[in-house]
Amino acid sequence: MKYLLPLFVLLCWKSSLLLAQAELEKQIQTQLILAEDGAVIELPAGKIVLSNTLSLDAKRDIVIRGAGQDKTILSFKNQSQGAEGIKITNAQNIVLEHFTVEDSKGDLIKTQSVKGLVFRDITARWTGKPKASNGSYALYPVQCQTVRIERCTAIGASDAGIYVGQSDSVWVTECVAKNNVAGIEIENTTNAWVWKNQAFANTGGILVFDLPDLLKKRGGHVKVYDNLIGRNNYKNFAPKGNIVGKVPPGTGVMILATNDVEIYQNKIWENKTASTAIMSYYITENPIKDTAYNPYPSNIYIHDNIYSEGKRMPTWKSKLGFIFWWKFGKKVPHILYDGIQNPEWVDTNGRLKAAYRICIRQNENGTFANIRADKLGLFKGKISKNIGPYDCTL
Amino acid sequence: MTAHYKTFGLLAALTLLQASTGFKKQQGNMGGHGINQRLSEYAFFTGPLADLQPAPGVFPYEVNAPLFSDYAEKARLISLPPGAKMVYHPDASFEYPVGAAIIKNFFYWHDAAHPEKGRRIIETRVLLKETKGWKALAYIWNREQTDAVLEVAGATTPVTWQTASGKKQEFAYTVPNVNQCKGCHSYDGQFIPIGTTSRQLNLSLPNHENQLVAFQKWGILDLPEGFDPATSPYLSDYRKPGDTERAARAYLDGNCAHCHNPHGPASTSGMFLGAEVQDPEQLGIRKPPVAAGRGSGNRKYGIVPGKPSESILLYRMEHNDPGIRMPELGRQLMHEEGVELIKNWIREMN
Repeated sequence: MKYLLPLFVLLCWKSSLLLAQAELEKQIQTQLILAEDGAVIELPAGKIVLSNTLSLDAKRDIVIRGAGQDKTILSFKNQSQGAEGIKITNAQNIVLEHFTVEDSKGDLIKTQSVKGLVFRDITARWTGKPKASNGSYALYPVQCQTVRIERCTAIGASDAGIYVGQSDSVWVTECVAKNNVAGIEIENTTNAWVWKNQAFANTGGILVFDLPDLLKKRGGHVKVYDNLIGRNNYKNFAPKGNIVGKVPPGTGVMILATNDVEIYQNKIWENKTASTAIMSYYITENPIKDTAYNPYPSNIYIHDNIYSEGKRMPTWKSKLGFIFWWKFGKKVPHILYDGIQNPEWVDTNGRLKAAYRICIRQNENGTFANIRADKLGLFKGKISKNIGPYDCTL
Repeated sequence: MTAHYKTFGLLAALTLLQASTGFKKQQGNMGGHGINQRLSEYAFFTGPLADLQPAPGVFPYEVNAPLFSDYAEKARLISLPPGAKMVYHPDASFEYPVGAAIIKNFFYWHDAAHPEKGRRIIETRVLLKETKGWKALAYIWNREQTDAVLEVAGATTPVTWQTASGKKQEFAYTVPNVNQCKGCHSYDGQFIPIGTTSRQLNLSLPNHENQLVAFQKWGILDLPEGFDPATSPYLSDYRKPGDTERAARAYLDGNCAHCHNPHGPASTSGMFLGAEVQDPEQLGIRKPPVAAGRGSGNRKYGIVPGKPSESILLYRMEHNDPGIRMPELGRQLMHEEGVELIKNWIREMN
């Protein structure tokens, strides 16, 4: 009996805390709904436990500001409503800064159709061991224009930590991505600069992808430079069916079917399977039915990167990794090209025409191989380590 | 339970206070009704409010393929200014004059087998057409069922009822906030009505009269010259027995296509589920997902013909986890009948 009173007090205290949290959640959501254009919405310090997505729609010139990444923590651990932590839609000139958001059921921060967007000093993470039941994307701008992501940290995404999709004019800089399947992914996005970031211990460090069946058909004009891309050997924990589920553990940088991509001055080390891969969409072995889609990479320039020597066993947990092991043992070249070419882009000597070139030059320790796969994902051709045809500049 | 209500009352009052200051500024440039804090202030109804009897100028309507909303029953009404009409459109929502309102009441019978035992109305959603476009408002009914109060930030309330088969159901019903309303009611980022399309409204009323023809008779819609309900598009009522293909496509149209269309919030997915879509890839047939994440359930394609258990579409309909379920909003419970229909449709597909 004597325990009942303390228990009762404890329960009351706990439920009053929950009540206070519910009230705070409602207050923040109401502020977001009623915000006048130009408003600054301050998120208080402390851990705020939320049950539903916080959303902002059709506003201009809004700042959502926390008290600091280690002070304002929005936790969606007990979320029962909504597929995102924070969702911002159909807006202009939005700044999100100085807070942490964690453990949402779906994406942590999704922004769609926003023109003028800044993520600054934000930590977006899933706590605990990385797992398939974590949400897909930590920071997820899609169909946005003029996006700046700076000094942000993304951890534990079961797809991509920083994922920019179907957007234009994007800067990603001074961010840290770790323990995600993909650290930073630029997908069907034009004019993206990714520099001075750190991608560590993901399955794949930095990915530049163009995928079929999307409204924005073509990405490109992407620069990836001055980044540190190391030890991205984490097991692939993406749920199957997702394209990043096909990325072999041990991938540093991967370009998939994108045009006009420049990768330079990066330090890329100890990524055990493919430090840098240039691939066509055929390598995914997914069917292509989108007739407007271009599955081949072109205008690719890989130069002045520094690769570490690293003698590591490529992963066996992917067909590609296994083939690399089979062909190269522990000495997988750092720069790998699948060699699948559009026959219309090739001249009479079998080389890519000037407009579609792939150039690889001046990479420290930048060993190379064209694995000469074919469209069926078979590897019948003889692997070529001759970098000669790719010794050019763009 | 009581504690819950006290809390909600307090929060509602708090929000009301904020809401009234936030919305006041807009009263000046608004045509028609203006925004009221209480449902009773609109005069949409005559007699006791809970009877939902339409006042003059307010017209009930039905749709062919309703959106599943956690088994809530719905009473739908359109309010038009005197003499004003809707403008017919063959394949999009009708257009409305400023001052029009679309009103949807969500309720549960206490016992679905015996409606005469009464009902509890949970919320009334009002779309107001103003000069600047549509405004979405949710009114939450009080326990006494005498009135409903505007709530912009949404709410959760426990609901219990007995299904027609005698099963007692209990869950936390969620009233959406205004942003969540637009999570579905969106065309290129603009707020639009969803349900009042000709293919949803082209149906036979209990008196066998066609609903659109009745609208014309009531003077609230002009149909195009030579309009023939029989040759005009309509969605099947998926709740009635009939052709699986037609029923499934009507279900997807009514429950998914408001987002899954090239101008909707799910345009990012490349999966489009309107009844007019013919391209198998757009429907999701052997289409890999784009950003489904764990919503893929380790399945490879949206739809695998003949194999419901390998289709992501079904996986997402069968789950209630907010990171997996589809639709994302407005559904806590699985729609068993809907899942069964889509399962059969995929199974019969070759």
